[in-house]
Amino acid sequence: MSLGIVVVSHVPEIAAGVTTLIKQVAADVSITFAGGTDDQEVGTSMAKISAAFDANDADELLAFYDLGSAKMNLEMAIEMSDKTVHLYDTALVESAYTAASLVQAGVDLAAVEAQLAPLKIK
Amino acid sequence: MFTAQAATTWLTKFGDAIATNKAYLSDLDTPIGDGDHGNNMARGMTAVQAALATQTDADLTTVFKTVAMALISKVGGASGPLYGTAFLEMAKASKAGTTDLPTLLAAALAGIEKRGGAQAGDKTMLDVWVPVVAAVQADKLDATLIATAVDSTKPMIAKKGRASYLGERAIGHLDPGAVSSGYLFTALLETEAQA
Repeated sequence: MSLGIVVVSHVPEIAAGVTTLIKQVAADVSITFAGGTDDQEVGTSMAKISAAFDANDADELLAFYDLGSAKMNLEMAIEMSDKTVHLYDTALVESAYTAASLVQAGVDLAAVEAQLAPLKIK
Repeated sequence: MFTAQAATTWLTKFGDAIATNKAYLSDLDTPIGDGDHGNNMARGMTAVQAALATQTDADLTTVFKTVAMALISKVGGASGPLYGTAFLEMAKASKAGTTDLPTLLAAALAGIEKRGGAQAGDKTMLDVWVPVVAAVQADKLDATLIATAVDSTKPMIAKKGRASYLGERAIGHLDPGAVSSGYLFTALLETEAQA
């Protein structure tokens, strides 16, 4: 089963920017993102997050987010998704980067999570 | 028995209160948050009212579910998933057969607690929801109790939400989600008074 990454931010440019950054070390990993509200304003959208899950080629996803309400919308999208999604309360940029490098290197989920653990900040 | 008609009246009154106090809610959110609570809630409640207007002869479950979906998809900030979950849980409880208001509100409260992970005393909407739902169970809800609950958030340090980044600097400010929840329950009191 392949692992993919989903990046969620309140700001479209942050979500897209973090994705650009981590793709540098993970050319073969499916990475999708959701940023901003449906109207491209600051906030998060459950519909956009669900679309990012669906658009990801992997069927098991690691999700990273910036601030609190993104987590709530993520949790609702997770409850409605058929995919297995793991949600991390970790520093967004550092942990998404860590996960991307490790998944690209073929590391299994347990080992990825072990390296994410010290990055938990929320 | 809480009817679909009563729920529609309740949500219409709540939407009116949000529209009237939109600027005030965003002002409350400016020193201790991101300044958008009034705008976010107004956007959500406009969507709620538009969605309810298309429903004729909807049952209670449908009214609650319609409200939940509009709030979840349109609010944008934390209040979308939180209020949305509250109405979604009421939709589930009514679908399971209850039309008892205390039971419905208890389900809504449990949903907010689960979704947000906050507790009473964290300077959030729960500081209104917890005492109000307890008062509804005891049939003792009145305007004074709601006002006291809203005001109780003023001296608190925030443990959840954007205000939590400010530490002690949040002391002295009302929590905007508590204030909007106060409007929700004031609208409920007005609805009950009409019934």
